[in-house]
Amino acid sequence: MTAPLHGTPDPDLLYSADEEALRDAVRSLLADRSDPATVLAGLESAVPYDASLWRSLAAEIGTAGLLVPEKLGGQGASAREAAVVLEELGRSVAPVPYLTSAVIAVTALLGCDTGREDVAGPLAALAGGRTVGVLALPLPTAPDGVGDPAVQADEAGSLTGRVTSVADAAAAELLLVWARRADGPALYAVEAAADGVRTEAVTSLDLTRPLAHLTLDGARGRLLATGDRARTAVERALLAGAGLLASEQLGVAEWCLAETVRHTAQRTQFGRPVGSFQALKHRMAALWLDVASARAAARNAADALATGSPDLPVAVAVAQAYCAPVAVRAAEECIQLHGGIGMTWEHPAHLFLKRAKSDQIALGTPGRHRDALAGLVGLGAP
Amino acid sequence: MTDADELRRRTRELLAACPPAATERTDFLRARFDAGLAWVHFPAGLGGLDAPRSLQAVVDAELEAAGAPGNDPGRIAIGLGMAAPTLLRFGTDEQKQRFLRPLWTGEEVWCQLFSEPGAGSDLAALATRAVRDDGDWVVDGQKVWTSSAHLARWAILIARTDPDLPKHRGISYFICDMTDPGVEVRPLRQITGEAEFNEVFLTGVRIPDAHRLGEVGEGWKVAQTTLMNERVAIGGTRIPREGGMIGVAAAGWRERPELRTHDLHQRLLKLWVEAEVARLTGERLRQQLTKGQPGPEGSGMKLAFARLAQEISGWEVEFLGEDGLTYDDWTLRRPERVDFTGRQAGYRYLRAKGNSIEGGTSEVLLNIVAERVLGLPPEPRTDKDVAWKDLPR
Repeated sequence: MTAPLHGTPDPDLLYSADEEALRDAVRSLLADRSDPATVLAGLESAVPYDASLWRSLAAEIGTAGLLVPEKLGGQGASAREAAVVLEELGRSVAPVPYLTSAVIAVTALLGCDTGREDVAGPLAALAGGRTVGVLALPLPTAPDGVGDPAVQADEAGSLTGRVTSVADAAAAELLLVWARRADGPALYAVEAAADGVRTEAVTSLDLTRPLAHLTLDGARGRLLATGDRARTAVERALLAGAGLLASEQLGVAEWCLAETVRHTAQRTQFGRPVGSFQALKHRMAALWLDVASARAAARNAADALATGSPDLPVAVAVAQAYCAPVAVRAAEECIQLHGGIGMTWEHPAHLFLKRAKSDQIALGTPGRHRDALAGLVGLGAP
Repeated sequence: MTDADELRRRTRELLAACPPAATERTDFLRARFDAGLAWVHFPAGLGGLDAPRSLQAVVDAELEAAGAPGNDPGRIAIGLGMAAPTLLRFGTDEQKQRFLRPLWTGEEVWCQLFSEPGAGSDLAALATRAVRDDGDWVVDGQKVWTSSAHLARWAILIARTDPDLPKHRGISYFICDMTDPGVEVRPLRQITGEAEFNEVFLTGVRIPDAHRLGEVGEGWKVAQTTLMNERVAIGGTRIPREGGMIGVAAAGWRERPELRTHDLHQRLLKLWVEAEVARLTGERLRQQLTKGQPGPEGSGMKLAFARLAQEISGWEVEFLGEDGLTYDDWTLRRPERVDFTGRQAGYRYLRAKGNSIEGGTSEVLLNIVAERVLGLPPEPRTDKDVAWKDLPR
């Protein structure tokens, strides 16, 4: 047996000048409005996300529409630019529904017939940052693990069922619901405020990306797509989510490393900065190499999404299998190398650990992505 | 200005004057050097045309298409990669004229006499002495891990010329004649059974002062140029997916289903991902270099490749089960070049152990990354300002 490796693709792994300019704009907004201390202070306020920050990021800078063509009300950019936004959001663990709304929900709608007004309308609202939408699937769902819908639709488009652990559901105005009709699977749009929709907040491990269970009891849905088209739209949305989550994980890991280096270069014990001890600096150097590698893997996935490369499933599986554990390790090292202060609520390191650990489960665990890879590159199980 | 078209024209002129089929190999290589097409970024008259380094590929492609002989860079890697850039930067006009042409054509092989039994990671602690005697230097000491010493005509050598100065300041850099009667080369047998390297014993070796490179006492600075150029080659070429050792392991997995276990499967997939990401990281570095924006990733690539080579080859021996208990050949071979993916799994496993030691141990590289890339404070140094002769040994 030989591997089905369609040659070696030729991705652009660097950042363009425009991408760097976008990064600067997002970074300066987040530095002003969402530094880790601000995020920490806002956490227990019972508000599901920072709506004012979201308006600035999504509508004013225009990042919510990066994946949407201009004629459909977006910016006509690509996954490469969205990846840069997610790197910066990872660096600040900002509580905004970018991945869920501007990446996953937008991609799901783009997979439907955008010539229809009832698809193009909500898509333009998401792209303009006027509406927050989420794809109503459990956060751990992998791109190849969509399975049978948990929600039933009747002939009239009335939806009943329960979907657990939906990220940013409490922030959403629009729910994209994966449901079963008599003739097969379908995707519906449901107003979150409609009758028969109940959102039950979960006490989430990651406080900056809150989860909620959704219960639909005869809620009215508008049909967006059916059959294979609906399934492809959902799988493609999760693939985009998983591929770009790698860039968020890169951002999380970068912050953890930079903060650890900064701290250990200043913290003095035994009469010298603790960062001068080899036992610590070797750990940080090894982590730096992992972060540099994660950058290549995340860039590769973003470029494959942007160009529609045939290598996309491999690029995403590699990026998730690699970047998820790097983010977790970076956050764990950050806590350990900070010593006691890293264990306190006051220091923001725990926000990054919780995000990294939650991201590891989101959109497929690393092991799940490695299993997918086994099939993709011809390394079958025993 | 020498552009690609001009280089193509000159290459065709060379091919017309010296048709490869009718020209002896060495004659062709000499003519190529004299035409400035050896290394186009070198100065005119020294095998180059002061052209951008990236245009070398234009010349190489034309020559390859015409079936012209090459200079077998794998055999003369030390000369090309280390001696030549150092000669170019620090050599006198006479030295450049005398040495560069036969170095490039491969008529004279070079080796490097740097490491010593007592100076590995701490190279600046080296103890080989060079003492002035009339117009010559007389050298006594022992060098180790010298590849190609048994083939070499010349060596680049660093030796201590002033033991009263701190270690970095009392070193000078020389060109050593490997045919001097005081040079004794002994094979250094490795854990693989073969001897890629040598020990070199220097006893009363006479080096004329005209063969010194750089000023007396400036040898450490000159050596930095040599060592920096050792790493330039990294990131030069694109590696295909499953290139290198992981490809061998994956092919084995596909060909031998009867040897598969779940544990080996999980570990192979992890290694495959890591190898693919290392490949992408190298590719990203290559793209940065092409755009003239070198990143610090280069410092870390060797760390990643060493660890992967060791883990993949270790996986492979285990995967092979009963076959993993065998070894192809323990006889003392003298290979002319290193082949990390050659021979069988047992050889690769053993040879890969050297990957985290040669050319800077992984521990030293981690220090370099931590201090130069991350800017972490250095370890306190007790040996920097002490005369070399007073250091504990």
